[in-house]
Amino acid sequence: MNVRSKEEKRFELAGHIVMITLCFFAIMPFLLLIASSITDHDVVVREGYKFIPKEFSLEAYRYIFGEWAQIGHAYLITIIVTVSGTFLSIMITTMFAFGLNYTDIPGTKVLFIMCLFTMLFNGGIVATYYTYSNFIHIKNTIFALIVPGLMMGAFNVILVKNYIKNNIPGELIEAAEMDGAGPIYIFFKLIIPLSTPILATIGLMGAVMYWNDWTNGLYYITNSKLYSIQQLLNQMNSSIQYLISNANNLGNVDLSTLPSTTMRMAIAVVAILPILCTYPFFQKYFAKGITVGAVKG
Amino acid sequence: MDTAKKRKKIRWKKALPIYLLLLPGTIYMLINNYLPMFGIIIAFKNINFKKGIFGSDWAGFDNFKFLFSSGNAWLMTRNTILYNLVFIILGIVIPITVAILMNEIRSKIANRIYQTLILLPFLMSWVVISYLGYAFLSLETGYINDSILKAFGKPPIDFYQDKTWWPLIIIFVHQWKGIGFGMVIYLASVVGISQDYFEAAKIDGATKWQQIKSITLPCLKPTIITLFILNLGRMFYSDFGLFYQLPRNSGMLYGATQTIDTFVYNALMVQNNYGMSSAASVYQSIVGFILVVLANETIKRISREDAMF
Repeated sequence: MNVRSKEEKRFELAGHIVMITLCFFAIMPFLLLIASSITDHDVVVREGYKFIPKEFSLEAYRYIFGEWAQIGHAYLITIIVTVSGTFLSIMITTMFAFGLNYTDIPGTKVLFIMCLFTMLFNGGIVATYYTYSNFIHIKNTIFALIVPGLMMGAFNVILVKNYIKNNIPGELIEAAEMDGAGPIYIFFKLIIPLSTPILATIGLMGAVMYWNDWTNGLYYITNSKLYSIQQLLNQMNSSIQYLISNANNLGNVDLSTLPSTTMRMAIAVVAILPILCTYPFFQKYFAKGITVGAVKG
Repeated sequence: MDTAKKRKKIRWKKALPIYLLLLPGTIYMLINNYLPMFGIIIAFKNINFKKGIFGSDWAGFDNFKFLFSSGNAWLMTRNTILYNLVFIILGIVIPITVAILMNEIRSKIANRIYQTLILLPFLMSWVVISYLGYAFLSLETGYINDSILKAFGKPPIDFYQDKTWWPLIIIFVHQWKGIGFGMVIYLASVVGISQDYFEAAKIDGATKWQQIKSITLPCLKPTIITLFILNLGRMFYSDFGLFYQLPRNSGMLYGATQTIDTFVYNALMVQNNYGMSSAASVYQSIVGFILVVLANETIKRISREDAMF
């Protein structure tokens, strides 16, 4: 073991200083958000958002409890969409990727090229919107929140396809075929269990994407019964802005019927809570997901 | 004859289940990716919902003429490209610096804590970030106006009406959200460099700076080049959430925040202007397509295995 030079120690110290600064910036906004959600509303209006609550109050959270019918419903929608969307994404992607590996079957090569082509060219936002709303009639159904994000792009197909090809021995599949197993049996009994690392990785990224999605709601959902928690947050913002900017035209608008700033901050806290609580445990896999996703394989 | 027939039969027995497995993905791909490609003709039509897309009258290039003569096209193209250029450059310099420094930290626990916290903003939705931003930027109650500027006796800034600061805000928040992501990518490459190089350099008496300059950076070069070109290929696309949620879609800020994606959204969903929005959307698809193909060809010349095709 060689002694570390002074210079190396200096570099490590610089590293600690930079990292601590970055960590401070990373969490500071969340502290402000949480602090303002537990501050008395009048104090926030009078003195602005502060890191240390001057007057502690749980009024905003009491409000959430009282309005749980609406907020809990949005939460439920988010959970349903996240769970079913992630599950379906993984299944469709893996089935497709596994099928593409049978290059001796006619048609698989064409499908693979078609899949690659989607990475190059797309119809654009308007054409996609038109297709989904006028041909598939997806507007104001729960499918609007699930379907547009399925498969998460051709990239995941390639990742899973390569994983299966490189990590699952061909002899294993051949042996199973010798024993009379068909492709579907092999898929469920061999491929799925043996590809859990890559499936967990893409599943995790997909779950975060679904949990955070608000754009599909923005484009396709107007029925408040189908609001996800993200869309609820977004909707509260825009309706308040609308009322403020049109206050003159609308005459007397009672802004007090809308959730106040502290309440909205509290709802935002509730929306990020599951991520904050579970993230430290899956951080390692998440980092892995980023690396495999960014630089191929 | 008989055996050939038999072999064909067996192949069908094997092929059918495979087609079954491929079916959901194929249907999805056709609906989600290929059907909208035909939707491009909307941009060349005078859309009339009673007649449908196919029944509507042809408009030729009129929609595009309107778009490009309105001045919008220039503004949103300029914003999209300039922001992307800044993002690409900062996205190389900052994460690499952070990754190299992170690699110097010996303590495993500190390393883990730092990585976890720095990556945290990446997991947040843009809606939540818009709330965080509001807590800092709001005119009456925001932290910057109410605590910082007041303490220095400076007049408050109406951030959501005044576009002066927005290029900085956008770039800062983009870095804030993305720094962990970039760091994780480059850290994987930095960790992957063989320790033998560094040992040899140390024996020769190389300083840390020299090691970084002649070992670390050259080893990262392939990753840097690949990501750089891939990002150049995406120059015509912007992160809708960043440009829509953070400025709260405030019209006063469009000069600094309007990108192609936000323009298409506003033209389509707010103004219901199919002509303008579809023209902008097709403009983005086609230029985007050209850029991706060029980027891919460039990567192919440099290193074959990193190319997409």
